[in-house]
Amino acid sequence: MDNLTNLLNGFGDVLTPINLLLALLGVTVGTAVGVLPGIGPAMTVALLLPITYGMEPVQAFIMFAGIFYGGMYGGSTTSILLNTPGESSSVVTAIEGNKMARAGRAAQALATAAIGSFVAGTIGTLLLVLVAPQVVKFAISLGAPDYLAIMLLAFAGATSVLGSSRIRGFAALLLGLVIGLVGIDKVTGQQRLTLGIPQLADGIDVVVVAVGIFAVGEALWVAAHLRRNPGTVIPVGRPWMGKSDWRRSWKPWLRGTAYGFPIGALPAGGAEIPTFLSYATEKKLSKHPEEFGHGAIEGVAGPEAANNASAAGTLVPMLALGLPTNATAAVMLAAFTSYGIQPGPLLFQREPKLVWALIASLFIGNLFLLLLNLPLAPAWAKLLQIPRPYLYAGIIFFASMGAYAVNAQPLDLLLLLVLGLLGFAMRRFGLPVLPLIIGVILGPIAERQARMALQLSNGDVSGLIGGPVAYVIYAVILLMIAWPLIAKLRRKIMTKDVAYSAPQ
Amino acid sequence: MSAAEAPGEARRDTAQYGVCGFLAVVGVLVIVDAARIQHIANSNDPIGPKPVPIVLGVLLLVVAVLYAVDVARGGTGEAEAGEDVDVTSAVDWRTVLLLIAAFVVNLVLIDPLGWVISGTLLFWGSAFALGSRHHIRNVFIAVALSLITFYAFAIGLGVNLPAGVLQGIL
Repeated sequence: MDNLTNLLNGFGDVLTPINLLLALLGVTVGTAVGVLPGIGPAMTVALLLPITYGMEPVQAFIMFAGIFYGGMYGGSTTSILLNTPGESSSVVTAIEGNKMARAGRAAQALATAAIGSFVAGTIGTLLLVLVAPQVVKFAISLGAPDYLAIMLLAFAGATSVLGSSRIRGFAALLLGLVIGLVGIDKVTGQQRLTLGIPQLADGIDVVVVAVGIFAVGEALWVAAHLRRNPGTVIPVGRPWMGKSDWRRSWKPWLRGTAYGFPIGALPAGGAEIPTFLSYATEKKLSKHPEEFGHGAIEGVAGPEAANNASAAGTLVPMLALGLPTNATAAVMLAAFTSYGIQPGPLLFQREPKLVWALIASLFIGNLFLLLLNLPLAPAWAKLLQIPRPYLYAGIIFFASMGAYAVNAQPLDLLLLLVLGLLGFAMRRFGLPVLPLIIGVILGPIAERQARMALQLSNGDVSGLIGGPVAYVIYAVILLMIAWPLIAKLRRKIMTKDVAYSAPQ
Repeated sequence: MSAAEAPGEARRDTAQYGVCGFLAVVGVLVIVDAARIQHIANSNDPIGPKPVPIVLGVLLLVVAVLYAVDVARGGTGEAEAGEDVDVTSAVDWRTVLLLIAAFVVNLVLIDPLGWVISGTLLFWGSAFALGSRHHIRNVFIAVALSLITFYAFAIGLGVNLPAGVLQGIL
């Protein structure tokens, strides 16, 4: 009941004309930027950070909520109309969505994606209201060694993403941890890796890292391989669904949500697994299995809902534990820290107004998204035809502006370029960027927790391992690390059951 | 998202050894830097600022070696695909270098000349680098973008963007 009162208060804070306008603005620019080809939700949030620099935290968060859901939805529009998904979570949407669009059913694909996102987002946010405070209650009882274990779990989760090379993920993580080291050690005041440059004493701003890796790195990478003839955009009218589309969509929406939220909420979750699970389930349960691969609406409805529900799910560890589990959450966390706000269990006690205003604006943003997207889809589709030189020049332009505006020092632009080149190289060599950004954000926190744990045990190393909660987490980490081995054994035992191989 | 080329037919991507080398160099750098830090430890902070960088440095060296082993065994990282990316084409270095040049121009000129001028050059230069040849139209777009962002962000929202030589005019 407490939560409900808090939530109502949150709505009370948000429901002023100016705040509603901000939410609407956030949703609109979030979708507009998210729709642009090559710009995923994480880059959308990173590029739009400067808009909120001059605002009060509450207003900034209201806008973020809109940008967050807007960017997510924009990304799926791109993958339906262009068939080249910007990120792994919308791979599945593209499979059936683009086939539908080619078969002249773009309007229905966009509609089921929009309405499914709304349904999943609303249920997911409701679950967030129920679950997050429980996690906080639990988290408050945890000690430094437990937190250390949770951080390590996040590292393990980020590096062992489905189907990608672990050694490359681990390399990316270590680079991120090293970037996180730069600056003055908070405990002793010793400078680490500052190379004698005074501006580096405060460390490298996470926003600069995020913008450099996501925006500049991506722009350079695309520039190096620019397609001379961009893919054809499928024209689309106003999204709508017929009766049979509704009948075929509503169950996949709910099932997708059921997969997405819990998996997204896990410290090592993400959106890839639930979207794949949802796709596989719908294919199995569908009354029209023959349509799969040729544009089955269930194959858009389910994964799209799973994707959005998992986005809501990732907010649980992010708000309650300060733990980002996907790139978008990582950038949001970076934004929070730039306001001097440290997400984590104490956030709910120290800044309840802020948290509940954010959650209330998630509901509102989600509703605006639905109202906005159904009529505006044709306009969004036009954005896909933006000349590529302007698109990528624009990304570099706004990235530079945003990075400079953080501290008003040209050195940040140099760092931005260096990080952009690093991002370029990572894309070239297939190093995932998520572990790096998570390393930058969580590395310093993990070190602080480790040192705190050792302080409590008077330097005894056993103090790092901690109590029962930590034991369980370490067991999970071991399982995750050993998983490929276990999977190999299992495959040997039952060779006949051929699982689908994840397209990576 | 096409299926990766079968590892057998893929050419050996030897440039990956460069990544291993880079990781090793970073590892050494981190260790050398950590060695320089004075050892400060007390009951409040039993290990001090030193051990974490040293552990990370060692791990970087280990990963560099394991990575090299993986490459030697034929492992490749799949280059990232995307809407506008044609992964099969070779890296277009001319475009990349021109973009970096535009970036550096902005970096050098932003404080002395101000965002409106440096941002204009940045956008125009980037669009040129990316192959747009509508020079006049591009100038208009670049100036408009810089002016709009300056007024909206620096003056409207109080974001830090320098006015530079145009101080007093804008």
